[in-house]
Amino acid sequence: MELNTLTASELLKKIKSKEIAAASITKALKERVSKVDCRVHAYVRAEGLTECADDCNTLPIALKDNICTQGLNTQCCSRILEGFRPPYNATVVAKLKKEGVGIFPLKTNMDEFAFGSSTENSFFGPTHNPWDLECVPGGSSGGSAAAVSADEAIWALGSDTGGSIRQPASFCGVVGLKPTYGRVSRFGLIAFASSLDQIGPITKDVSDCALLLNIISGYDPKDSTSVNIEVPDYTKSLTADARGIKVGTPKEYFVEGMDQEVKDIIAEAINKLNALGAVSREISLPHTEYAVPVYYIIATAEASSNLARFDGVQYGFRAQAGDLLEMYKLTRGQGFGQEAKRRIILGTFALSHGYFDAYYLRAQKARTLIKDDFDRAFNEVDVIVTPTSPTPAFKIGERADNPLKMYLSDIYTISVNLAGIPAISIPCGFTKKGLPVGLQILAKPFNEEMILRLAHAYEQSTPWHKMKPKL
Amino acid sequence: MPLDRKTVEYVANLARIELKPEESFKLAGQLEDILSFIDRLSKLDTDKVKPTNHILPIHNVLREDQPEPSLTIEQVLANTAHKKGSFFTVPKIIE
Repeated sequence: MELNTLTASELLKKIKSKEIAAASITKALKERVSKVDCRVHAYVRAEGLTECADDCNTLPIALKDNICTQGLNTQCCSRILEGFRPPYNATVVAKLKKEGVGIFPLKTNMDEFAFGSSTENSFFGPTHNPWDLECVPGGSSGGSAAAVSADEAIWALGSDTGGSIRQPASFCGVVGLKPTYGRVSRFGLIAFASSLDQIGPITKDVSDCALLLNIISGYDPKDSTSVNIEVPDYTKSLTADARGIKVGTPKEYFVEGMDQEVKDIIAEAINKLNALGAVSREISLPHTEYAVPVYYIIATAEASSNLARFDGVQYGFRAQAGDLLEMYKLTRGQGFGQEAKRRIILGTFALSHGYFDAYYLRAQKARTLIKDDFDRAFNEVDVIVTPTSPTPAFKIGERADNPLKMYLSDIYTISVNLAGIPAISIPCGFTKKGLPVGLQILAKPFNEEMILRLAHAYEQSTPWHKMKPKL
Repeated sequence: MPLDRKTVEYVANLARIELKPEESFKLAGQLEDILSFIDRLSKLDTDKVKPTNHILPIHNVLREDQPEPSLTIEQVLANTAHKKGSFFTVPKIIE
């Protein structure tokens, strides 16, 4: 039995019954990483692996490179944060440690500052999809999703601003949840777009997702946008019972642009939900077509403001220059990659004098309309079900020179962040070429329990989450 | 909307980013594509809609003003080679 292939729930049982020693898990993971990561490249700064003793962690978790870990390099896979070792832990890291979860010494690869849908925009080079090494793993949390999929991690954390947990989970055939905005503290998550960002679990199954959500959720005085309401025991939602759940399918999502195989697989998954006792019906989210343009104004505007702090003064890379202004401009010009520069400049433009009303203010108003669509829909149904992505994983390089086409990969995930609601992606089938497809389940704010209940019921009656890529 | 290289360079300067000439040329084309896609928002009637800048009904979040332990000067300066005493150093601003 290879320990690295098991879920956290299975391993915890074995640790409790003293069948295995916790230290042997990290050993198994290190062996797996040494064997396959030269092909997958889920992790960055691989030299960290040799520094770590075999028993340095108990049940370890892999963290995305934008989650601060005290004394352990964290650089958002950007040159501009080269060598940065945070002087403090993110709140999620402190919570994990308190629960006895160890931090794996390598961080996972990502699009620089989470700007991307393919993990190709990393300073360290791309991650490869474990199901087809020529394909992207999705992004921006592509390293976390690939690590879990390839059994290089038991479980992982990612961050999701417009789909960055769910889309890679879908591409890699694993489970990924974006919690309600405010459910999980963002303290120590290096900010991309503060009104959209959320940290969430990437796991091998829904049970581990519930377990991990239990650990990371809750109010944090250090994040004034975290919400002070009670955290339920999410494992209690794992009842394998979908009877009576009202499921909405938005007609605006099932239109042209969706891959035919994805369409068929999703239709079959919805049939399955009905067979399990859920009741599906068509609903309408009329402002769907505005979600991507609204997102790329709001997210880039917030990013341009958040990334102003990277100026070469306090940490990371600094370019040599004769005066201060030149130092700022050269540091940022050389320290940021192409996509980061594109987004900062787009966001700065949207906020600049003369354009604010036409772009930023109009986008904020359209955001209200998108949120209202969901409020209305959730008066009629308990959950909304959609594909996570219109296509399975695409080839590395295929969309690299067409940023607009890349932005459209997020068409089904972006509205969720704009509305602040929770959503999960779970595996629901494979294309003929053997690429995983993800089913997305959305619910109203702070109703992760309903999502987990339906996802778990579906998972219990399907084999998809047990499939492993051949590496 | 059309976006020329000059506008890109003007905005890049506001964002304190030095671009190479080939970068601003490429960006102008890409940003023009993105902006013309974004322009579909202009057909939406938003006159009577209130903007959403934040999804939660949270307004001012206040706490008691009680001092808590914070980072030491050494911790704050640990991530740079450019320091002197308890300060960060930068190129000279005033001659």
